Parts: sequence; structure tokens; C-alpha cells
Amino acid sequence: MPDWVTTMASILLNISALLGVFLTIFALISVLERKILGRMQNRYGPNRVGPFGLFQPVADGIKMLIKEDVVPARADKVVHFLAPILVAATAILTLGVIPYGRNMTPFAIDGGILFFFAVGSTTELAVFMAGWGSNNKFSMLGAMRAIAQMVSYELPLILTTLPVVMVVGALSPDAIVSAQGGYWFGILPHWFVTTPWGAAAFILFFVSGLVESNRTPFDVPEGESEIVAGHMTEYSGFKYATFFLAEYFGMFAISGLAVTLFLGGWHAPIAVLEFIPSYVWFFLKLSALLFVYIWVRGTLPRTRVDQIMNFAWKFMLPMAFTCIIAAAVWHYQGRGLAGWLWSLAVIAIIYQTLSRLLETKKKFAPRTYRFAE
Amino acid sequence: MNSVAFLAIAIITLSGALAAATLPKLIHAALSLVIVFVGVAAYFFLLGAEFVGLVQIFVYIGAVAVLIVFTILLTRRDSVNDRGVNWGGVIVALAVFGGLLWIILNTTSLALPAPQTEPLTVKQIGESLMTNYVWPLQCVGLVLTVALIGALILVMEEKRER
Amino acid sequence: MNATLQLFLIISSALFSIGLLATLSRRHAIFILIGIELMLAAANLNFIVFWRFGSQQQQPTGVMVAIFSIAIAAAEAAVGLALVIAIYRHYRTTNVDKFDSLKG
Repeated sequence: MPDWVTTMASILLNISALLGVFLTIFALISVLERKILGRMQNRYGPNRVGPFGLFQPVADGIKMLIKEDVVPARADKVVHFLAPILVAATAILTLGVIPYGRNMTPFAIDGGILFFFAVGSTTELAVFMAGWGSNNKFSMLGAMRAIAQMVSYELPLILTTLPVVMVVGALSPDAIVSAQGGYWFGILPHWFVTTPWGAAAFILFFVSGLVESNRTPFDVPEGESEIVAGHMTEYSGFKYATFFLAEYFGMFAISGLAVTLFLGGWHAPIAVLEFIPSYVWFFLKLSALLFVYIWVRGTLPRTRVDQIMNFAWKFMLPMAFTCIIAAAVWHYQGRGLAGWLWSLAVIAIIYQTLSRLLETKKKFAPRTYRFAE
Repeated sequence: MNSVAFLAIAIITLSGALAAATLPKLIHAALSLVIVFVGVAAYFFLLGAEFVGLVQIFVYIGAVAVLIVFTILLTRRDSVNDRGVNWGGVIVALAVFGGLLWIILNTTSLALPAPQTEPLTVKQIGESLMTNYVWPLQCVGLVLTVALIGALILVMEEKRER
Repeated sequence: MNATLQLFLIISSALFSIGLLATLSRRHAIFILIGIELMLAAANLNFIVFWRFGSQQQQPTGVMVAIFSIAIAAAEAAVGLALVIAIYRHYRTTNVDKFDSLKG
């Protein structure tokens, strides 16, 4: 067989495996999310199609596919058409650099983390294209909101990966995962989330990930009660389904990166359980994180735009810088117990100072209405 | 170096560049500019400079392109169409291209293939950034900070004295 | 056929000329900035090409220059676009032919 045939075959195999696995997870999560949310709100959730409502995604898919594809008459046709494609393409590309198991990285390059963020930042442009191409005020407003919050939270997102990159000394996800192998006393894993800076960075990363994937406490870009569906207002049928899919794929990618960076990737939590295949551990951790996403959605109300922005620039960004400093302290104190305590002290002091400084003297009081009296 | 990839990237990049330079609608031009950036990044990948290609995509598409479209939105009132073309500029550009082409084609020493080498790793780049190039790095940091502050001051509201 | 240095230089000179065309022939300030970005991209391409076709790949000089020039280009774009916005606020236009008075 010639060389290029094997190369092409391995590329196609990689792509089809990736798409197959994540399309299945997407179908599952779309029904499970509704069921879990339903349980949290004291109702059943979808339970009509198939056993336990498990065939609900099939019904949804058929409904989406046979819907009429409406394009507004005054829309910018080309841009309107290209936006969902670009969103989905970037979401799938970012999934490619995550190590799913031992030697199971579809696209292993030296600068994998950089690739993730470089491709991920293209989403902003795609969202803008959707907003602009629809030629609709709601779409444009939603796109502006989405870009504003994505740009603001991209900074903490990237800055919280920096401590991990610094400590490991490599930008490739595989190196980061293998640096987290091994156990203390055979039980405590060497995951970065077990260090103070790692735990803080993980929380910040998770919150930024919530914003980047426009999930519930931060879903103002598509707040139904204000701006219909944000940048997706003028999309229908399959294009809308593509946006939906891309949003979930982005969520998988961010959670997958969080697992890789902080939760030890495909390593088992205790040494005894290492006989279970590595990819099982990865997908278990991924589903745990996805459950937290759904849990957060079922628990927290939507925040305001100005609250989101203030939180990003006044709290998230300083805390992300603190994580870098704490990681450096941890490293120079010998990566042992002393480093652990010192970095905890750094984070605690900065956290206390920040919360003192940011405390508004506003007490909770009955709401006053200025304009709608 | 793969000549098929070279040709494909060349067609995409140059047609994107032509579209960016000649399309009447500003927003289409800005989006074509993104195609050019992707094409140039693809060339960087082809030439074995993966890191620069990734930085190119990250900085240009994630930051510069978004800045450009934001500016287009903020100055939207008269920016829908760009009327009138300065033909003098077209002639100058063509003359420059002709001159460059003539020089490049007449320099026979340029017709050399790429030497075979080891690809440059991110670690090597990082090490030289922190050793030989640490002063330029600090200076770039300073320039970026100054540019940030300068841009902020420029777009602050003008005080109306009336 | 393998891509030679000559072919790469032709591509980058074409990119540069198209950028020059946009800068010199359009009247909208943002088009001029787009042209400048095109020319900078051509210059970056040249840095990398000469590094790759040179004899010392293990000295990452071309890569470093390209990284720094990308950073400078980002700063340039930010300041340039801020200037466009400031001028637009003052003159209510972005046509560079209208910016002809020395005093606001």
C-alpha cells in the first residue's frame, strides 16, 4: 500500500471515530440533560419515545431535519450560510487534540493546548457572522453579548492553563497527562487538582468554560426572555441543529480539556484500579463534569451582563494571575508539603484581599423600580 | 515539500487577498482577510513552523479580526459601501508587483529547494525566548502595554467644549 | 515538482502587492488597515520562508522575528482601529479624503 493511502485511511478512521463517539454522547446528553433537569424540577422529563424516553434524540433529529429552512430575505446569504458550518468545524477541530486514553490522541501535535485555544477563538468570529448575516437586531445583540463575554473570559481560561503548562514544561496534552501519573502512598493521585493552585485554577477554568460554552448562569447571549435566541434567532431546521450540536461539542471539548489539565486525563484515581482501560476513566471523568454542567443549569439563575463582565475583570483575572504565582511558589518550595502549604497561603491571602476590596456595601433590600412604576 | 498543498494554499490565500482588497462591502472584506490569515498560517505549517502558525491563527483571527469587525460595527453609519477607487494606487501596486516579479525571476540563485531538517519543537522556541531573546520579549510586552493604554485613551469620550 | 524559494517569494510578493493595492486605492480607513495587515502577513511569510530555506534551522531567528512581528502587528491593529473610532466620532466619517484639516 502506498504511503499516502495509509495516512489518509488513518486520518479518516480518526475522524469517524471522533464523530461517532461524540455524536452518540451528544444524543445521550441531550435526552439525559432534559431528564435530569426534570428530576431537579420535580417532574419526569421526556419519557414517551422508546424505553425511558431514550429515543427522544431520534425524534428530535427527524423533526429538525424535515423542518423548513428559512433564510430571511434581507439576510447576507453567504455569511448566514457559512456561520453554522464554521461553528461546527471549530468545535470538532478542538476535540481533536484531547488525549482520550493511552496513545489515543487523534491529532497529537507539539503545541496542542495552543491549537485548542487558537481554533477555539475562531468561534467568536463564527458567532459574529451568525449575528451579522441574519440582519436582525436580536441576532446582532446576541452576537455582541456572546463575543463580549467570550473575549472577556478567554483571558482567565488561558491564564489558568498557564500554571499547568509551566509546571509540566510542555504544551502538548499528552505530556501534561503523563506528568500527572503516579500516586502518593498508592492512593492519592498526582492530579493537579490535588494541589491548591490546581484546585483554584480548576474552579476558575470550569467557570470560564461555562461562559465559553454559553451555559446557563452565563447564557445571556441567548437569553430567551430578552432577545429570543440571540445569534441563532434567524436559524431554523438543520442549521439550528448544527448550532446546537456545536454548542454541546464545545462543552465536551472544554470539559475534556479540564479533565486533561487538572483531573489527570486518562489516569485512574487509585493505583489498584489501573486495570480498567484508560479511555473508560477519561469518559467517566468527562461525564462527571457534564453532570456538573447540568446540575449548575438546574440550580443557578441567569446573571446580568454587567455582573458577568465585572466578575471577569475584577475577580477571575486577578485570581488567574494568583494561580500562576501560587504554582511558581509550589515549584520553588520543592513540590512537597511545604510548597503545598505556601501556595495555599498565597491563594488564601489574595482571595481574602480581593473579596474585601470587591465587597460592595449594598445590603439586600426590597427592589426599587426606577422606570416601571 | 508537498506541491499540491502549496498550490491549493496559494490559490486560497491569493483569492482571499484579492477579495479583501476589492470587495465593496467592508464586512465581506474583513471576513476574506480571515481566509488570508488562515492561508498564511497553513504556509507556516507547511514550512515546519507550527508554533508561528498557531500564534498567527490565535492573534490574527482571535484578536485582530474580531477587533476589525467590532470597529466596522461601531463606525457603521457610513461604512456600508466604499465608493470610488483611486486608480493611481492600482497602477502603483501593479508596478511594484511587476518589479518584484522581475527581480525574483531573474535571480537564479533563488531557485533552490528546501533543505531537509528536524522540525523545531515548542520547547526550543520557548528556551530561546527565555534566553537569547528575553530583552526583545520584554520590549514587546512593554509595547503591547503601551498600545493597550494608548488605544484606551484614544477611544475615550472626547470632552465637548460647548 | 517541489516548491522552491522562488515560488514562495512570488506568493509573498503577490500578497504584498495586493495589500499595497488595498492601501492605495481604497478610501475607507478600515480598508487601508486591512491592506496594511495583508502587507504584514506577506512580510511574516517572508521571514519564515527565508528561515526555512536558510542553512541554520536550529537557530530559530526567523521564527522569533515572525513571532515578534505578529505581536507588534496586533498592537498596531489595536491602535489603528482605536484611531479610526476616535476620528469617526469627531468627523462622523471614515473616508480618509475628508480628514484634511490640521485642526479639529
